[in-house]
Amino acid sequence: MSMPLASTVPAAPYIDWAGLSPLLALLGGAIIVLIVGLAGPRGIRTKLVPLLSLATFGVALGCVIALWGQNLVLIEDALQLDPLTLILMLVICGGGVVAVLLAWRDQAAEEIAHGEFFALMLLASAGMFVLVSSRDIVMTFVGLELLSLPLYILCASRVREERSLESGLKYLIIGSVGSATVLYGFALLYGATGQTGYSDIASAISSNGLATDPLFLTAVAMCTVGFAFKASLAPFHQWTPDVYEGAPTPVTAFMSVATKAAAFGVIIRLFDVALRPAIEAWRPIWIAIALITMVVGNVGALRQPSMKRMLAYSSVAQAGYVLVGFVLVTDLGVQAICSYLILYSFGNLAAFAVVIARERETGEGDNISALRGLGTSRPALAIAMTISMLSLAGIPATAGFMGKLRLVEAAAAGDYAWLVAVLVVLSVISLAYYLPVVATMWRGETQPGTDAASGVPVLAGGAPEADATGARAGWELTAVAVLLAAAVIVFGIIPQPVFNLVASAARGLGLS
Amino acid sequence: MTIHLSIILWLPAAAGLLALLLPSRFARWISLLGALLVLAYAITLLVDYDRAAGGMQYVTDITWIRSIGIHYALAVSGLNLVLLATTAVIFTASALWTLIDEPDSGKPGIYALLMGLAQTAVMGAFMAQDLALFVVFFDLMLVPFYFLIVIWGGPDRTRAVLKLFMYTLVGSLLMLVGAITTGVMAANGGEPNFLLSELAKTPLGSTAQGWIFLAFALAFLIKMPSFPFHGWMPDGYSNMPIGVLAVFTAILSKVAAYGFLQIALPLFPDAAVRYQELIMIVAVASILYGSAMAFTVDSARLVLGYSSIAQLGFIVLGIFAFNGRGADGAVLQATNHAIVAGALIFVVAMLSRRAGGSEKLSDMGGIAKGAPAFAAVFVVFSFALLAMPGTANFVGEFMILLGTFTSRMTFAFIAAIGVALAAFYSLRFYISAMHHRVGEKVNSFEMTLREALVVVPLMLVVIALALYPQFALRPAQDGTRVALSATEQAQSSAATASTTGNGR
Repeated sequence: MSMPLASTVPAAPYIDWAGLSPLLALLGGAIIVLIVGLAGPRGIRTKLVPLLSLATFGVALGCVIALWGQNLVLIEDALQLDPLTLILMLVICGGGVVAVLLAWRDQAAEEIAHGEFFALMLLASAGMFVLVSSRDIVMTFVGLELLSLPLYILCASRVREERSLESGLKYLIIGSVGSATVLYGFALLYGATGQTGYSDIASAISSNGLATDPLFLTAVAMCTVGFAFKASLAPFHQWTPDVYEGAPTPVTAFMSVATKAAAFGVIIRLFDVALRPAIEAWRPIWIAIALITMVVGNVGALRQPSMKRMLAYSSVAQAGYVLVGFVLVTDLGVQAICSYLILYSFGNLAAFAVVIARERETGEGDNISALRGLGTSRPALAIAMTISMLSLAGIPATAGFMGKLRLVEAAAAGDYAWLVAVLVVLSVISLAYYLPVVATMWRGETQPGTDAASGVPVLAGGAPEADATGARAGWELTAVAVLLAAAVIVFGIIPQPVFNLVASAARGLGLS
Repeated sequence: MTIHLSIILWLPAAAGLLALLLPSRFARWISLLGALLVLAYAITLLVDYDRAAGGMQYVTDITWIRSIGIHYALAVSGLNLVLLATTAVIFTASALWTLIDEPDSGKPGIYALLMGLAQTAVMGAFMAQDLALFVVFFDLMLVPFYFLIVIWGGPDRTRAVLKLFMYTLVGSLLMLVGAITTGVMAANGGEPNFLLSELAKTPLGSTAQGWIFLAFALAFLIKMPSFPFHGWMPDGYSNMPIGVLAVFTAILSKVAAYGFLQIALPLFPDAAVRYQELIMIVAVASILYGSAMAFTVDSARLVLGYSSIAQLGFIVLGIFAFNGRGADGAVLQATNHAIVAGALIFVVAMLSRRAGGSEKLSDMGGIAKGAPAFAAVFVVFSFALLAMPGTANFVGEFMILLGTFTSRMTFAFIAAIGVALAAFYSLRFYISAMHHRVGEKVNSFEMTLREALVVVPLMLVVIALALYPQFALRPAQDGTRVALSATEQAQSSAATASTTGNGR
């Protein structure tokens, strides 16, 4: 941070362009997609644009894989390309690939034009890269905004749909409050420590004995609250169900995997690196947030007729589980978080794929009644949904179980077995909302609406073109759902590859 | 390192998968064929087991999840061999039953697959020699039953199955946390290793043992079920299809009992000794409560459900007597109860076919009139259930009470009341179904050939065990010695500690 004042021409910062390649790929892809989206022929817009977006995510993934195992500092001290960044980018770009496939024939892309829709998705991913790799509070804020602004628009991209607009507006307002809180927290943090770099902040805290300083503690509190908003942790989660429900479902799916991974990336880096000397100040608060989040998420998901609301609350609960890995502040804890985020995303995305398929096939939107009798009418989708629900519930032989197993192991090793015991007891509540979904599909009632006893009101809504019931949604949805469900089972039985992948996750953090 | 145990383990699931893939008219036959093959394999293992050498045999050990140190480790010992054979018998009977009473909704392939998976999971839990693997199979066991109940269950199935799942998973997930903590703590900062043989070498500290033991005990007591953790049982039993219920009541409860002997006592001996009386109180309460309820309920299924609570109470009591007689009796009784309770579930279905589809005792009566041979078979099972002298159940209960008497006399006295109560409910069940005034809806007919095919072999097993209970007792003895050695040590060290404490 110190510049030699004597020199008149400050030396340009060294930039490791190779290390930045995932970011450059995403930004470049966004621009190309935006331009191609202006093309006249409809075929180009509806086919080439998603294809280019897929290719962009593919190239970014390729860059991530090419850089695998590196631990570099990019652009002076602003960004850090370490295993954590790479692992989270794998989740984010993987989520992006799936989200593009899910959004391919979606009404939302039709309504705000394909180029814009997919370019925004790529821009948000670029923001996520900046966020998870930043090691400087200014860069963190830039990343946060670069991630958030495209998502606000994407949420509102069903411009003819009131719920979608409401979702976007709500997300904009709440998100801005969150950003403002984070920014204020950062300002105070700079005021207290006089530094913007994460490692400089850490050394300033320990050398100046700031851990009990009121200004510093206020800054920590503001950062905690702000990121809790962003990561939809209770009690700052209230926006999540509404935004998830109103947003176009592919966007919801993308947010539930990629945004979450990015948010946890920055939380890990900020607290485990920059604020680690003050761990005694923030750990109890985060434990409380974890507990509240698990309770609120699991209880809120009960008896939700809307699948997207249910999955929103479920994602809140899952975020609570991940926090258990975070409060440990150990190497194993970070590994467990990364395993969990990877393993959880398969089942979660498979569930969204099935929900989208049923949204397009029936006129019932994302209501659970759209799944009735699916076991007989669409066994492939039903099996995928069943596996994904079992995985989210953490039943053995699924990826979700292995994610939980890793969390339990990390917590036991970190002397927080009691916290993970609370986790599993609360996760039993989750059976009460995951399993009825399974039962609805397999109970043997085929005709929608024949089950008068259930009393679930059939909601109006869904896309106008979906009113022609009986039509099959695109093959890509079934393929995505089935492949992801297969991955759930494969990694539920052979989880070692994932564990190998995340083995070095905490290498750049300097944890014990 | 042999592959035999992996073959027997995955055979049922493979047969189920085959049944799903081939045309559905073969499904039930393939399922039966798979079950018979497993039975043959299990009997071969039982015969081939080298009693003189003892210990774990046919050991299979492959590292499964390297990062966490979880092994795919299987073995058979005296303790689980008989239970494996019993499992194979009951699953075969259940597969035979589907030939009579085809599960409706026309998906025999899925039914066969789920039953195959269930059998694989149960046998996995019996054979697992790795703590985490045991927990995985123990939890996995439940999943096929969810679908079996949701698709083929009774009218209130959705609620019943949710209750069943939530109850049992509270226990088994806490058990998971306990198991992982055990491995991590035993490793003491190094690489964890979940092999039971390794874990038994490094017992945990007293505090950790305490809560981990309680987590395991809770999981097992819920699964059995024991009073007061039986809340899922009435709904669950009422809504399971017959073939599924037979397996559930006969086998799944035994996995829990086996878990005490195989896992809880060897790994957490100090805690087991400390909480001995607590568990014994639960066992005795189960005996009294189960017997009393079995004596009062009207549903024939629930008579059996509550009687299972009482019988499992006896088994737990025998295990926690911490001596050879009690534990041997418990293993014998686990075998006996599995066969008898499984058979009686089929009897309930046969009664209901003759009582106009009702399973209420008040709708039955006088069925013996048109079905003397059926009555004869039924009376054998009834006598076995009440532990009539001459049956193996008598031997089992006697050994349990004897063992309890030597270690905790008071509990033995109270438990003995349960023996008398068993006669009450068992005979009430038989008499009110078969004798008394002929019920209004009753249309009695003799046991059909297919029904006989299911229950007569089971009756023969009951008689064979009555004539030669050593068949189950002998192998069990080697196993229980190993299981009890740790607690005996803990008991004696606790005794020394208390005498030195008093002397000070």
